[in-house]
Amino acid sequence: MSLPDDTTPPEAANMIVARDVDVHYDDKQALFGVSLDVVGGNVTALIGPSGCGKSTFLRCLNRMNDVIEGCRVSGRIEIEGEDIYDRSLDVVQLRARVGMVFQKPNPFPKSIYDNIAYGPRIHGLAASRGELDEIVERSLVRAGLWDEAKDRLRQPGTSLSGGQQQRLCIARAIAVDPQVVLMDEPCSALDPIATARIEELIDELRQNYTILIVTHSMQQAARVSQRTAFFHLGYLVEVGTTEQIFTNPHDSRTQDYITGRFG
Amino acid sequence: MSAFVVTAVILGLAALGYHLGRGRARGLVSNGSGTARLHSLPGYHGGYVALWCALPAFGLLALWLALEPAALRYQTLSTLGDQVDGLAPERVELLYNDIRNLAAGTATSRAPDAGLKAAADSHARLEALLPWALLVVASLLAVAGLLYGRRRLTPAFRARNAVERSLRWILIASSTIAVLTTIGIVLSLLFEALRFFDKVPLAEFLFGLEWSPQTALRADQVGSSGSFGAVPIFAGTALISLIAMLVAVPVGLFSAIYLAEYAKRRVRDVVKPVLEILAGIPTVVYGFFAALTVAPQVRGFGEAVGLDVSSESALVAGVVMGIMIIPFVSSLSDDVITAVPRSLREGSYGLGATQSETIRQVVLPAALPGIVGSILLAVSRAIGETMIVVMAAGLAANLTANPFQAVTTVTVQIVTLLIGDQEFDSPKTLAAFALGLVLFAITLVLNIVALVIVRKYREEYD
Repeated sequence: MSLPDDTTPPEAANMIVARDVDVHYDDKQALFGVSLDVVGGNVTALIGPSGCGKSTFLRCLNRMNDVIEGCRVSGRIEIEGEDIYDRSLDVVQLRARVGMVFQKPNPFPKSIYDNIAYGPRIHGLAASRGELDEIVERSLVRAGLWDEAKDRLRQPGTSLSGGQQQRLCIARAIAVDPQVVLMDEPCSALDPIATARIEELIDELRQNYTILIVTHSMQQAARVSQRTAFFHLGYLVEVGTTEQIFTNPHDSRTQDYITGRFG
Repeated sequence: MSAFVVTAVILGLAALGYHLGRGRARGLVSNGSGTARLHSLPGYHGGYVALWCALPAFGLLALWLALEPAALRYQTLSTLGDQVDGLAPERVELLYNDIRNLAAGTATSRAPDAGLKAAADSHARLEALLPWALLVVASLLAVAGLLYGRRRLTPAFRARNAVERSLRWILIASSTIAVLTTIGIVLSLLFEALRFFDKVPLAEFLFGLEWSPQTALRADQVGSSGSFGAVPIFAGTALISLIAMLVAVPVGLFSAIYLAEYAKRRVRDVVKPVLEILAGIPTVVYGFFAALTVAPQVRGFGEAVGLDVSSESALVAGVVMGIMIIPFVSSLSDDVITAVPRSLREGSYGLGATQSETIRQVVLPAALPGIVGSILLAVSRAIGETMIVVMAAGLAANLTANPFQAVTTVTVQIVTLLIGDQEFDSPKTLAAFALGLVLFAITLVLNIVALVIVRKYREEYD
């Protein structure tokens, strides 16, 4: 657990507030009392060695852990002041507000157009065909895929290259206009050029969305994020501005990790 | 019996060969200068010797079994000398039959003369001698192979590669047997069906509306004018299969979806095997379940609501058959649904889709090729099913779309055509082959359609 660092903004500005979050998978505890504040309009990177719980924490934020049998979450997580584990909360609505991009590009077995239109259709965001077309175009433009995809909207999403597929998944996530976008190692299956494009894209998206990104690459965390949280063995060790974490970490474990002594 | 003994002897020798080969391979290194190393493990040397021992001997056995009857016949008939010359083939056949019966000590069709007796004696002697000859020759060949294989063993000998090569040939031979059998079945169907079409025109068979295969045994017999219009029985097959699919596809698919997506692990572990037990029930049990339990119920229900339901109806047969093929649909569909990557589901949940939206719009389209495959497999099964229909749907070849009437199917007709006293070359008997051929063609087309569908979607989705 971390002490609040001096850069933590006042509570009101925080988009996401997590307090004492524990996660168990059956008998195994994966997260221990994680308390983390996420600042809106920022990219927050979650780093740490494999199995440290960073992805588990990310999946708590849109309750994706609900679909895993035997997973229990306790503690309190608020998004814009609303407790997302409250009984009265509609998980489906929550996931529309908190979009997610996964480790491996996972386009649906549909055309590029239908991939993007999937979310708007199930949430009834478009009243007419024209509006839907607009949403699809806007999402693809924002994800930087429009020029490559505009002439092949009817082709299956899987016909794109890996990097394009991942941008398609990002476009799909932002088509429902979420407030928060969670990215779980979005570049781990991509080559360096596709990675660079995604990183650029993340930087642009920051203006409209609050982004949390799990990454194994410390260079990537340093390049794209404003704030960084370091997880180790299920504990949140340290959180602060990316600059502070990488140049002046308070905890020796953070220091060891970013200098490559373990992990 | 003799083939069995020979097989056992060859296998015994092969085991011995394995042992000797392995022992020799071990001896090669321990007696050597100490620097010698085997190229292959001793077990491969043993396997090599065993293969040399067994394969030629088994080849001989197969050849022997294939040629023995013909050779025996030729030898026996030649003792009769010129008595056989100029006889019609069926006479020769009769003669040979008599000799065999005489040799076996059973009744013959004529009083045996001296020549016949002599022939029978020589036949009996030969028949008693041949198994021993086979045993001796096969054993000698096996021992020769064993010695040859053993002589070739040296430390540098690549026994591993040699065994690998022969394994490949054994596999090729096995698949060839399967292919040749299939071709044989198709050809026999085809030739007998052609004989049928000599007697009944193809157009009448394919488009005729009346099926009544009773043909006259004698010219003066009445009431048995055969008519071979296959439309009613193919319509019956289609009707029953349709009813069966109407039951099996929704129930099977929905239970597959429940098991794959909704059921907890513990429920799934219990329910899936129980569903698969359905597939293990013998079809004849389904048959009397249909005839004795379901049919009276349906009939009673029909009477209660004022419908005319015959006690043997397409509905009952179709419904019970549908229950029978539920596990085919559910088990295979469950497997393909479970195989849809988790990442696709999470992607959909991550966008705020509910579980049923995810299943309908993402999981099922991705699993579609497999689901179509399972359904078509179930259709083939329904078309080929016989027992339930014999017991529950009846034998009357009615041309009707009314599920409450008795209908009959292709398979049932094949059964009834082939049992009973009919000469083999009558159109009645031969009609079974024609029906079999058309049925085979239909199933083949279904399978091809299934393959095409699967391939088309696979291109799009993978």
